[in-house]
Amino acid sequence: MMLDDRCTQNRRPAAALPARAGVGFKGLHFAEIIRSRPNIGFFEIHAENLMGAGGPPHAQLSRIRADYALSVHGVGLSIGGGTPLNPRHLERLKTLVDRYEPASFSEHLAWSSHGTSFLNDLLPVAYHMETLERVVSNVQQVQERLNRRILLENPATYLEFETSTFSEIEFLDEIARRTGCGLLLDITNVHVSAVNNYFSAEAYIDAFPMRHVEEIHLAGFSCDSDDLDQPLLIDAHCRPVANEVWALYQRALTRTGPIATLIEWDNDIPSWDVLHAQAQRAEALLTMAKKIKARRFHAVAQ
Amino acid sequence: MTPLPDKNCTAFTDALFNPNARPPDGLKAWHNGPVAKRFAVYRNNVVVGLIDALAERFPVCLRLVGAAFFRAMAKSFVRASPPRSPILAEYGDDFPEFIATFDPTRELPYLADVARLEWAIGRAYHATDATPLPLEAVRAIPANALGDAIFTLHPSVQIVSSHFPILSIWSTNAFDIAVQEVSLERGEDVLVLRPDLEVEAYLLPPGGFSFIAALIKGETVSAASSTDPLDLPACLGLLFSTAAITAIAA
Repeated sequence: MMLDDRCTQNRRPAAALPARAGVGFKGLHFAEIIRSRPNIGFFEIHAENLMGAGGPPHAQLSRIRADYALSVHGVGLSIGGGTPLNPRHLERLKTLVDRYEPASFSEHLAWSSHGTSFLNDLLPVAYHMETLERVVSNVQQVQERLNRRILLENPATYLEFETSTFSEIEFLDEIARRTGCGLLLDITNVHVSAVNNYFSAEAYIDAFPMRHVEEIHLAGFSCDSDDLDQPLLIDAHCRPVANEVWALYQRALTRTGPIATLIEWDNDIPSWDVLHAQAQRAEALLTMAKKIKARRFHAVAQ
Repeated sequence: MTPLPDKNCTAFTDALFNPNARPPDGLKAWHNGPVAKRFAVYRNNVVVGLIDALAERFPVCLRLVGAAFFRAMAKSFVRASPPRSPILAEYGDDFPEFIATFDPTRELPYLADVARLEWAIGRAYHATDATPLPLEAVRAIPANALGDAIFTLHPSVQIVSSHFPILSIWSTNAFDIAVQEVSLERGEDVLVLRPDLEVEAYLLPPGGFSFIAALIKGETVSAASSTDPLDLPACLGLLFSTAAITAIAA
């Protein structure tokens, strides 16, 4: 895309994220982004980092939003929580989404608040009928208040619940079916959960309900081990995307076709060039997926 | 009717903040073995994430006591006062109070006040934006009308008063590679504000803290000037030159 094309998108809410690679926006990259105006598909921000009243965070994001597509990713709604959604937080989110009109808003199948305490992590949900109904009702409440369809992300998990009666895929599919929400497929979370809970990541990707998927996340993870010295991967967002995850991404792309793809890197944040190179690697795979799609279309047309 | 909290989430939450607690019932690993280290990932994410947030918010306090001490102190605080809001920029308002009563910091009596200054700096950073009144507009007020004038101060304005030289301690630890020695003889009151995108901190003249506190309450300049001692010209000069005023009602 030419630079001029990008500038004409000024403030217009996009219907959807472009089927391109994007990165998480970090304030420390702001000056470099403004200077070099990189050809990036979109930027994503964490909603909770933009909930102050004013100051540099909003000044920077307004500047970014003028030139690029934007997605907002929430980490604090606690959609899978055991207590009702925090109405004040939902209102803050409404204010943010109205202000920046992002192309997409996503949240997690997880919980992060309990009662009046905020727990600052994406905690796991048991998959059974009672939790399903709760999550469905929460997603509906968020979609009604924000007046838009949201995306829900598959979690990275370190353990499972004895009370679960659904598989994660069945659970997510049922939420999407009942609420009309879309899904965000985090491929790193698939790999992390697959290693930690001993299932096939490939089979998970092959069975995932791709018709609901509108965005993909890729991130780095770190490695530890559990009480029995079995591998325990941690969703740490602190390093480049691993080769196993790139391979799973290519596998997913054969099912989804070209799709908005985010590189997440939130801890030990690298220089802009390192982050940009990760996005370019994803972009190359997306370009390949576009060619394959065009060939298939050509074959069908004949 | 508000539904009761899910009891599994309650048990999970309690175990997150209690380092000695066993993982809650009902969790399993694929091999049906122990889940302690797996549960510890969540416990660690919660506590370390919050300690990191405090370290980012109070960098000068961290430098004053060193990373190991700071992180141990922050861990005690996190367990005693988990955040009440998902916005981490709002976390830590009672951290200075905690430091003041934290026994191991007794040797550093100024530390809590330095933390209050750092909290004020963070508040100014995230405060509502507003355009300061141009200096010419402020100067245009006739001297005889100034006493009855009511100033609207910039939303980012914060004031901190201390018996310790907190601005000197903060400045040398925030900017100097080799920290300067600071005499603890006299206290310092500080004005913090962000007229545009940069947060600034200034030493307040004598009486400045009470004067500005009264202005913030909406008192007129003359009503706010009742404090003694007060260097009124210096206080007005500071408010004018730092672009701390957004409106004047005469």
